Amino acid sequence: MPVIDLERLLYLTELRGLPVISPHGERIGRVVEAALAPTEHTRRVARYLVGGRGRTRFSIRHDQVRSISIAGILLADELLVPYHHDESLLLLCKDLLDQQIIDANGRKVVRVTDMTLSIEKAGEREELWALEVDVGVRGAFRRLFEGVAPPPLIRRFQEPIKPNSIPWEYCNLIEPDPLRRLKLRISYDRLNQIHPADLADIVEDLPPAEREALIESLDEEVAAETLTEVEPKIQLDILESLDADKAADILEEMAPDEAADALGEMAEEASQEILDDMERAPAAEIGELLEYEKDTAGGMMNPRGFVALHQNATVRDAIEALRGNEELLESLNTLFLVDEENRLAKAVPLARLFVAPDAAPLAGLALAELLWVPVDADGDRVIELFDKYNVLTLAVVDEEEKLAGVITADDVISVLRGR
Amino acid sequence: MTILRRLRRQIAIFFAVIGPGFITAMVDNDAGGIYTYSQAGARWGYLPLWTLLPIMLVLVVTQEMGARMSAVTGKGLSDLIREEFGFRTTFFVMLALLGVNLANVMANFAGIATSLELFGVPRWVSVPLGAAAVWLLVVKGTYRVVEKIFLLACGFYVAYVAAGILARPDWAEAAFSSVRPRLILDDAYVAMLIGMVGTSVAPWMQFYLQAAVVEKGIDEKQYRESRVEVVVGCVVMTLIAFFIVVACAGAYRHHPRDISSAAEAALALRPFGRWASLLFSAGLFNASLFAACILPLSTAYSVCEGLGFESGVNKRFAEAPVFYWLYTSLIVAGAAVVLIPSFPLVRLILVSQILNGCLLPVILIFMLLLANRRDLLGQWTNSRLYNAVAWTAAAVMISLSLSLAGLSVV
Repeated sequence: MPVIDLERLLYLTELRGLPVISPHGERIGRVVEAALAPTEHTRRVARYLVGGRGRTRFSIRHDQVRSISIAGILLADELLVPYHHDESLLLLCKDLLDQQIIDANGRKVVRVTDMTLSIEKAGEREELWALEVDVGVRGAFRRLFEGVAPPPLIRRFQEPIKPNSIPWEYCNLIEPDPLRRLKLRISYDRLNQIHPADLADIVEDLPPAEREALIESLDEEVAAETLTEVEPKIQLDILESLDADKAADILEEMAPDEAADALGEMAEEASQEILDDMERAPAAEIGELLEYEKDTAGGMMNPRGFVALHQNATVRDAIEALRGNEELLESLNTLFLVDEENRLAKAVPLARLFVAPDAAPLAGLALAELLWVPVDADGDRVIELFDKYNVLTLAVVDEEEKLAGVITADDVISVLRGR
Repeated sequence: MTILRRLRRQIAIFFAVIGPGFITAMVDNDAGGIYTYSQAGARWGYLPLWTLLPIMLVLVVTQEMGARMSAVTGKGLSDLIREEFGFRTTFFVMLALLGVNLANVMANFAGIATSLELFGVPRWVSVPLGAAAVWLLVVKGTYRVVEKIFLLACGFYVAYVAAGILARPDWAEAAFSSVRPRLILDDAYVAMLIGMVGTSVAPWMQFYLQAAVVEKGIDEKQYRESRVEVVVGCVVMTLIAFFIVVACAGAYRHHPRDISSAAEAALALRPFGRWASLLFSAGLFNASLFAACILPLSTAYSVCEGLGFESGVNKRFAEAPVFYWLYTSLIVAGAAVVLIPSFPLVRLILVSQILNGCLLPVILIFMLLLANRRDLLGQWTNSRLYNAVAWTAAAVMISLSLSLAGLSVV
């Protein structure tokens, strides 16, 4: 870690109230607010708002500043313009202090207590750059004594307190207004890298408006995975508040059984509207699933998440089929064999393929006993089968004994946790 | 199928919102509240009953405002104070809340001690056991289970209705007094009125209610159902208060006098049968234990939220150490004080009420300021008429609370 020179740091609590001095050594006023202009630069403080005597607030651009220190800001010129609010400016005190942000590194929602800025050389001039956001007791200590004790004294007494801060690049502001989000260039690129289960915890920690903002700005695929992990009540709230076409886009990315569960909880009209906005294929699939009662095998199953082959197929055929279904490989553990009519015949544990020659018929590798449930089987019966036979994947067949879908152990765990 | 689904949804919404408003209103009748109402009935008979309707109005107005604010913003009161008024303000409000609520926790453990002593259980048994039960319930249970137990505890308040009926009061007189304001220019009478109103809205209630609304995930769409729940809760709370006053008025009808604890009122009900007395003390025990559960939880939660520490019963100890330490310390300190021999318990209850009265004005003003912020609540800000009622109610509450505090100090 680079050694940071304390002389080159300035806390936002110190910047607020810092005297501003004209080139002639005349004191103009004090800093009341600082703003970043994310469209120009992601770190540099672009404007300083100065409050003088009276009520007018002046705006100073970053290139009007000669030098910055804990003693004050020295200006290079005297061109002061009255401040007008601009939506594309990120006001550090108003928009950031005391607000919640997402720490992409620590994967949680935190509240900002203070901010650390670094004094950077820019040719002859000096600029302030956002360095870290403070979220711990140390920042709280500074806030408590801000304006009461002189800054050097506060700096000395805060020494024993353990710092707790987040580097600026890991900070994700949450802005519910989509237009302002655009103006402030807020993107959640870093959040797309976080595991959806962690993202779901973050979503659950946020107030409703912020939740929607976050889900809306994630990649659809990530949003879908995150939404799957969020608890059902919140999942419902989010889906209901999204635009129907946005909700449709996200649901298309979800596993059909999860999407059907989510839609099943919604009011009829709302879920129909979303279904209408979806692509035809997934909509039909989900529509079919919605026909099943939630607590039956049909309601629990995934109609897509399996690979089925003809009962005369060989290991080579199976490998070919798997090559065409890469997206399933992460969780696949059983292959199903069917007859000409798509009726379920046998189940083959995936691992047995590895030890068999390429030309071996799959039927020879199948389990001795074929386990399956009808689509209308009771949820409890399904759970019982999983427990009794220790299966990981269970086939579900329709009235004509055709393979309709599969239930996997994680579906069962979700049902059990939901109880 | 569709109609069935829609109906199921409607019912589900109502049950989804029940909890916060009801629980908050009921816990308002804690050890301190019960003592105040008992004392009023024992000394002044049915006369104080007319204050209950205005009390109900004040309660409905403040609770509704809090619930609305949280349903719309999805944030608790301490979050809102922090975001809108900054760290330093929040810090001092939280410090005050911590102190005031500690006194309240103590008062309720005192209630547990005195009520169980009527059943022959010594306090060195009842208080540690109560404290352990309270601690375990929240630390080992999930909020959903805890809330169900709380709702069950609400049901036990019916003991006061039974005790009130068993005391064979003069119902006609009681009904008449409920709607006929009587002002007597007597120091003790005025102090009693102030106490009645002053105890009805406590600072911690606002924090608890708002946090519970958020925890429950109630939003704008469910707010209508939630409002019904809040109002019903306030009405039921007022009814319980009515029966407490009536029970004591009945018990002391022949020789009205000052009493020094709610337990004394329970003893006075003995002539009306063992049940009347037992029910009254069981009610006191239930109310005290209930409040002793909610107060430390609500306090730890509000303080941590406001100051930015991790909080919540669904977090593990390592994730939210400050929350759990605060919660545990409040219970241990609250219970330990009661065990100090010859500790003035009645005085303690009084002190807790005075402190409530001092902090309440600050909280009410914050709430009113927040409830009028269009950028926060949009179309849900207070209407002008509502504001008029709310500011008047707040002004009355503030002056009464402060005079209660003043009177008690003198």
